Amino acid sequence: MSDPGRGRERAGAATAGITFELPGALQPYAGGSTEVVIDRSCATLAEAISALAERSPGVVDRMIDELGAVRPHVNIFVDGESIRFLAGLDTPVTERSTIVVVPAVSGG
Amino acid sequence: MTPTRTYLHSRAEPGAAAGAGGDVLLLVGTTKGAFLLWSDQRRERWRIDGPHFKGESVYALAHDERGGRHRTFAATRSSHWGSVLRASDDYGRTWSAPDRQNVRFPAESELALVQIWQIEPGPASDPDLMYCGVEPAALFESRDAGETWSPVAGLLEHEHRKQWQPGGGGLCLHTIVADPADPKRMLVAISTGGVYRTDDGGRNWQPRNKGVRAEFLPDKHPEFGQCVHKVAHHPSRPGRLFLQNHWGLYRSDDWGDQWQDIANGVPSDFGFGLTVHPRNPDTVYIVPLESDEFRCVPEAKMRVYRTRDAGASWEPLSRGLPQRDAYETVLRDALAVDALDPAGVYVGTRSGKLFASADDGDSWAAIASGLPSIVCVKAAVIGNGGAGV
Repeated sequence: MSDPGRGRERAGAATAGITFELPGALQPYAGGSTEVVIDRSCATLAEAISALAERSPGVVDRMIDELGAVRPHVNIFVDGESIRFLAGLDTPVTERSTIVVVPAVSGG
Repeated sequence: MTPTRTYLHSRAEPGAAAGAGGDVLLLVGTTKGAFLLWSDQRRERWRIDGPHFKGESVYALAHDERGGRHRTFAATRSSHWGSVLRASDDYGRTWSAPDRQNVRFPAESELALVQIWQIEPGPASDPDLMYCGVEPAALFESRDAGETWSPVAGLLEHEHRKQWQPGGGGLCLHTIVADPADPKRMLVAISTGGVYRTDDGGRNWQPRNKGVRAEFLPDKHPEFGQCVHKVAHHPSRPGRLFLQNHWGLYRSDDWGDQWQDIANGVPSDFGFGLTVHPRNPDTVYIVPLESDEFRCVPEAKMRVYRTRDAGASWEPLSRGLPQRDAYETVLRDALAVDALDPAGVYVGTRSGKLFASADDGDSWAAIASGLPSIVCVKAAVIGNGGAGV
């Protein structure tokens, strides 16, 4: 099981900017990168995702549907906390936040 | 043909099992990926290639040979990352991996794509025209051979949309029947919305459900809202349509203006799949299921039913099919025919068995088993020139 908090320490310590850590399934849509750093001031997760969409629209297509909602089986953690227990897409982010995207435990 | 287990479970590398001109290509979509099966025209031995798109469901597949292409389409859905339409020009050796979700609703629609349920190549005379049916119920059109897609506005903005309700599989547009003689006419089926037809190229769509029951509604014969499971016709007689309903088996001889009950001698008029013989417009295949509460073949006997008189009578086809303890379910797109003579008929089950007949359905053999749950079966003859499925 992934530990969303680990990314905060690793990426946040080394990088200025908002870091999106991507699962393997999404890395092909980010040029093969395991993470994408957004060097822009964003107040909320939604703003950070909009910035990510300019850089890697294919990643965002797979996180967010046409209605702008997070897909049901996608989990997003901001600085180690699931946005389900924060403010969803309105969750505040800082300029050094780490945002971890992981597939939910689901399937059959 | 003596029914025998003729399949080879060779685990070929993707595309490595590809055949030659004249060979039969079976496209099998499952809840956990797609499989491509190949045989020569005898259809006695099959090579299986897959799974492609491991872990993703594949509810729609198509092979298109119009315009000199050899393009196979697959609608893949990840339970995590959404749905996308992929294509292969080398029989599955490589597949496109679109960066963007290439079938998507416009923001003003307030809809989001769940899944692609049907991929339908357009007429041979317009080789770049394609359609797909999706969930939530909508029809999309491509005019560049599947590269880009846009919704058909007349149906997207239909005044009935808010009254359509999802069936067990979701609110899906799963069937697309075009008129080969009139490019402005098309019929689609929605579960549950019923049958709609356009006669003006998609601008206006009229419900065409007169005579079709809706057992699950207080009004058993509403103008729309029926749970239609499949509609098919033969291109040589396009106005004669056959319909498998959620309870009910029907025929129309006037492009859906009126439907007549043709459940004459079948053990149940509940079922999903329905397909028409490649040459005889009055020969149709179905797989009845016991009921909507017990969606298995009646008496646990796997039987395909065939009519050769447009539904006046039906005969069970069971030679080579399991006749005991067969608690099998066949879904709406898991019944297909090929274009050969005699016709190949193919049935996939939710338990992952794939049965084939190479003699119009007279006898059958299991050509694969142990696959994930089968939701889609399409057949193409390579080099046939047109839309293979």
